[in-house]
Amino acid sequence: MSSICFYFQVHQPYRIKKFRHVNIGSGEDYFGEKDDQQLNNEWILNKVALKSYLPANALWLELLNRHPKLKISYSISGIALEQFIKYAPEVIKSFQKLVDTGRVEILSETYYHSLSFLYSRDEFVRQIEKHRNLIETTLGISPSIFRNTELIYNNDIAHIVSRLGYSGMLMEGADAVLGWRSPNFVYEAEHEKDLKLLLKNYKLSDDIAFRFSSPDWNERPLTAEKFAQWLNQINGNGEIVNLFMDYETFGEHQWESTGIFNFLNKLPEELLKHPDNDFVTPSEAIEKYNAVGRLDVPDYVSWADVDRDLSAWQENAMQQDALRALFELEGMANESNDKKIIEDWRKMTTSDHFYYMCTKWFSDGDVHAYFNPYESPYDAYRYFMNALTDLKLRLSSQTAHAQSARIR
Amino acid sequence: MLGWEYPPFNSGGLGIACQGLATALAKQGTEIIFVLPRRFPVASKYFRFRFASVGTPLKSGYTTWRGKSDPNYTGELFRQVRQYAQTITNILETEDFDLIHAHDWLTYPAGIRAKEFSGKKLVTHVHATEFDRGGGHVNQMIYEEEKNGLQKADQVMAVSNYTRQLVIKHYGVPEGKVRVLHNGINPEEFITTQTFSTGLNSLKKAGYKIVLFAGRLTLQKGPEYFLYAAKEVLRDSPKTIFVMAGDGEMLGQMMNLTASLKMSNNVIFPGFLRGKELSDAFAQSDLLVMPSVSEPFGIVPLEAMAYGTPVIVSKQSGVSEVVSHVFKVDFWDIDEMAEQILSILKYKALKETMSLNGKRQSLSCSWDKTARQCLSYYQSL
Repeated sequence: MSSICFYFQVHQPYRIKKFRHVNIGSGEDYFGEKDDQQLNNEWILNKVALKSYLPANALWLELLNRHPKLKISYSISGIALEQFIKYAPEVIKSFQKLVDTGRVEILSETYYHSLSFLYSRDEFVRQIEKHRNLIETTLGISPSIFRNTELIYNNDIAHIVSRLGYSGMLMEGADAVLGWRSPNFVYEAEHEKDLKLLLKNYKLSDDIAFRFSSPDWNERPLTAEKFAQWLNQINGNGEIVNLFMDYETFGEHQWESTGIFNFLNKLPEELLKHPDNDFVTPSEAIEKYNAVGRLDVPDYVSWADVDRDLSAWQENAMQQDALRALFELEGMANESNDKKIIEDWRKMTTSDHFYYMCTKWFSDGDVHAYFNPYESPYDAYRYFMNALTDLKLRLSSQTAHAQSARIR
Repeated sequence: MLGWEYPPFNSGGLGIACQGLATALAKQGTEIIFVLPRRFPVASKYFRFRFASVGTPLKSGYTTWRGKSDPNYTGELFRQVRQYAQTITNILETEDFDLIHAHDWLTYPAGIRAKEFSGKKLVTHVHATEFDRGGGHVNQMIYEEEKNGLQKADQVMAVSNYTRQLVIKHYGVPEGKVRVLHNGINPEEFITTQTFSTGLNSLKKAGYKIVLFAGRLTLQKGPEYFLYAAKEVLRDSPKTIFVMAGDGEMLGQMMNLTASLKMSNNVIFPGFLRGKELSDAFAQSDLLVMPSVSEPFGIVPLEAMAYGTPVIVSKQSGVSEVVSHVFKVDFWDIDEMAEQILSILKYKALKETMSLNGKRQSLSCSWDKTARQCLSYYQSL
């Protein structure tokens, strides 16, 4: 028996505008740029909604109606949801319809798709809470499975997540962790016997997410039939195949013209042709299968790049400096009791800002360059730091106000 | 290979580029006979020189020359260019070669002569066009010489795609005939020393930041944009010194501009720097700005990067095609240039990251790489 678990990540950051050095102290808004499409958050959200979220949701709804056994799962970052509410409410409605089928599970994550756990456990927990609240109020769901930003995982994160009451968590099926072991089973966390782990089958997932339309891939064109054959080979050697990917794969990373929607349209029926295949949501998976082993993960793993570690966000001096400077303000920001300040600060914790500063692959112009709305990682850093310096000024003037008020 | 000048008897980048390419080609097994119009006391470990005539060379090189300002000079220059095309016959009669490679318009008539004489193929190499040098004013006579050379050539090499586009657009050369051959540097030359000769050290110790401009003070190099940006930077960061290293006909104008912008205390004019003085200035500056209005390539930023110095290059330059670990700016966008300067001065982590990656990147832009590419172009002929 082999169960297939689909999981899609839905996320859009609040991109920081080209915040100029001369504007530090002006207190102007940090996020989005009207005149520059690449940084116009509303424009981007609507573009991706039209190319990806809306057609993909419509197709999955149709597939769910066509195949009563089909099940899928999502996590939607809080700031993506927030932007849907503001700019594209029809996207929320389409997610609601999916949830109403009863066969779509929504997972928990940090509201700001942040790297907060690396610097502040308190902030990490606060952002998870905030996300839970929004998911409950907008979609009426109370998640029981957690997925961390970019599938970042180690023993410490497992410990917190388990204490928060989650029964399962997603992670990357990284070779560095698994060694000879297969990602196609359920595992449990080393020190948390109540936390089960679902591991991404990165080979099969990335065949769809990254290689589907790659010109130098010799398996192109990938048909649903061929993909189902590859997946069926796991039968007998595994219990579950976890296909985890960015939801933007459908229509945005892989454009409609690549045939991705046609592929998807046929996929469930091809998978169901094998009598031993079925579909599960993450929470069903951990109910259904026992853990075959424990995973001891002292070092961080993620699903980013070939390195599958933290280097996409934390490698160079700019990234480290920006993160350090940001979290230095955590206490002041949270104690400010100024809603706008707290929100601005939190929006800056989103992992994307640090990803844009990555210089690892900048010379070769690959995926980082493609997903970077700024001309260079150096620009990403300077606009972030200019905005952060402005935030710092707001905080110190606010503190000065508070002090003078107390004296009076 | 036909040249016009050769280090240390060079007035600008042409001689340096010829030296870099010829040396790397020779090291990779190509036999080079490097021809100069007149006798200079120059030598190379890797190839022979031949001199077309024995007279004394022109004192100042052509690159410092402004066509409109000195008509006598133009006449003399053209006389020498034509003379080169005649005296080269002496060499053609006594040498055996397979290919003629002529650098910039000054050598094109001689190159065409060599082609006619020997029946061998001619490559003309564009290091700059009249559209870069002229700053809007194009000398028709020079333009005609350039055009003639480019059209008679069997292949044209341009130092950048930027230049390639100019050649196609303004000289009517078919696209298929023009190849891009980027300039390079010699990575082994960039070893940072600990002892510095310039006075910049004491300024740094006093807490000043140093921003460097290194190039001829001519319209083409955009020196005035550097000064206007400096003014913006000083509003925010008064403890900054702007060094304008170079000579040229705009020197007086730039000094006047500095005075009228009321920043004479923050701008230094050390003149034309060479050798250790120049490398020390590179190594000690916090960053280098190349605000060229039209720059066919621009080796200077690569040199600064090789010393670990962050750079800002104008988008109107060839070098901006080969480097990514830099800031790029339109030469006229003074506000943005000032923003970029400030961010390098203010944010240590940015400077550190750009320095590290920039150094690595520039050292990979070697003449050896250029020569390999050049050989593959030769072979396609």
